[in-house]
Amino acid sequence: MFSKTLRKDHYGYLFIAPFFIIFVIFGLYPIVYSFYLSLCNWDGFGNPVIIGFENYQRLLGDYMFYKSLFNTLFIWGISVIPQLTVSLIIAVILHEKFIKGKSIFRAVFFFPNIVTAASLGLLVALIFSWQTGSFNNLLMSLGFIHDPVNWPSRPYFMRLLVSGILFWQYFGYSMIIYIAGLQGISRDILEAAEIDGASKTQVFFRITLPLLRPIMIFQVVTSIIGGMQIFDQPYTLTNGTGDPNNSTLTTVMYLYKIAFTRYQYGYGSAVAFGLFIIIVIFSIISFVLMNRRSKSATSL
Amino acid sequence: MANNTSVTPLTEKTLTPRSRVKWSHVIIYVLLIVLAIICVVPFYIMIIYGTHTNAEIASKFIFLPGRSLVENYQSMMENVNIWRGFMNSLIISCCSTALTLYFGALNAYGFAKFNFKGNKILFWFVLATMMVPQQLGLVGTFRIMYLLHLLDTYASLILPAAANAFAVFFVKQFIDGTIPNEIIESARVDGAGEFKTFNRIILPMLVPALAALGIFSFIGSWNNFMGPLVLLFSNEKYPLPLLVQLLQGYYGTNYGVQYLGVALSVLPIIIVFAIFSKRIIGSVAIGAVKG
Repeated sequence: MFSKTLRKDHYGYLFIAPFFIIFVIFGLYPIVYSFYLSLCNWDGFGNPVIIGFENYQRLLGDYMFYKSLFNTLFIWGISVIPQLTVSLIIAVILHEKFIKGKSIFRAVFFFPNIVTAASLGLLVALIFSWQTGSFNNLLMSLGFIHDPVNWPSRPYFMRLLVSGILFWQYFGYSMIIYIAGLQGISRDILEAAEIDGASKTQVFFRITLPLLRPIMIFQVVTSIIGGMQIFDQPYTLTNGTGDPNNSTLTTVMYLYKIAFTRYQYGYGSAVAFGLFIIIVIFSIISFVLMNRRSKSATSL
Repeated sequence: MANNTSVTPLTEKTLTPRSRVKWSHVIIYVLLIVLAIICVVPFYIMIIYGTHTNAEIASKFIFLPGRSLVENYQSMMENVNIWRGFMNSLIISCCSTALTLYFGALNAYGFAKFNFKGNKILFWFVLATMMVPQQLGLVGTFRIMYLLHLLDTYASLILPAAANAFAVFFVKQFIDGTIPNEIIESARVDGAGEFKTFNRIILPMLVPALAALGIFSFIGSWNNFMGPLVLLFSNEKYPLPLLVQLLQGYYGTNYGVQYLGVALSVLPIIIVFAIFSKRIIGSVAIGAVKG
């Protein structure tokens, strides 16, 4: 009986084969080929010409690449900090027993997360447009301003707007994850602490927060990987331009622009790998930082 | 005081903290409601503004629905067939989800129940691919689709869905936790082939995991913007997110039409969410805890 099952083990290869075949064709090959192209000069016609690390040298001196990185980091940073804190507060509130209508609040806060990002980008663009935007009309009817403000021409405002869309889309998602984490904390621990005379804030900072640490690490790391890839929202918000003055041009938008509107496939691939290296560095840094902090916290 | 004591003997103890807490309850409810309003208002504006003419939208802030819904709809349909986009989205998302689920489950089963050489290493490899951002291979994806003559086809967006690493991870966890080896062995004793065992016995047992996973993968595929932007060229094949972007180009100055288009692209999501919100939110929570 046992030997019979052993002999069946090679069937496993058949079960995993389809996945790996598809993965090699549509997952691995594109990445390897992109790396090859990043060492080449290629406009889509004829054959790619190998030029060594010239694309990477160009990347290191490319002002627009750095600017797009700054835009991405700025937009991500401004959205992620409130995203991870506001959602934590709301998760703790919604986890309390006395709140009524929990499931409705949960649903309303989470809903923007499943709406198409492209639709949200265009919607916000319409609301904040200059002469016909409903935001300007609202401010004017309330008497805050006399003439419509040209929001789309303000670099920092537009960056904040992208951050706002991201916050709007993701705080509900973070909240759901925190709630799942809170539900994993046994009530016994919390009740024991309360019986010992700990106040609610003490329980929160000394027990709940440290126990949520793995979930926070998970959220920070995934938000870095996702945040460095912002594309849909700024693209549709600015009709693909990254205006004003390239201030909402994220690195992935830049990559798209270089490769698919200027047809510099080689340089576009180099931008992709440059971004990838930065994502890896940031993930490692955040992982180490979060781990170290949790160690020092537990030693206290 | 007389009122209080008349309720139950317990109230005297609980009353003081309760009345003190109440103010904080009010503040908390106000906060929650304000945040909820902020979340919902843009969607409200989207629906209301879609029923107004350009002139009305430009002149003042509007709260109530207007009368130009049909007019806006007709001028939108002249250039952008939103229902066609809806069908395209549906075809692409359904096929992608089916592939993700079936091949994800097949692969997960292979890793979970067959102790072949290199099992662990290959599984770690699959996990590692989850960390790699999609954009890394964007140019290469374009190239391979060109080589396989798949550019501007639905297949270019559907086929890669068969290799979804998260699906493998998710289903394998479920198999490890719920499916005992005895079931497979008894099927073998009965003489069932390995694939028959999988299709007839294992797959039905995986339905709870596949339902949660299916929700993820459908939403992801439905909202995918960059894939079709790079791989599709003909307007009549565009899924909804690309049609929304197309609206911007065709109707740069006709705001009512753009609002309506956005509204029509979001409405199916609102309807589906209204029905399945508990399941959707539940599957997000499961996915996060496992991840």
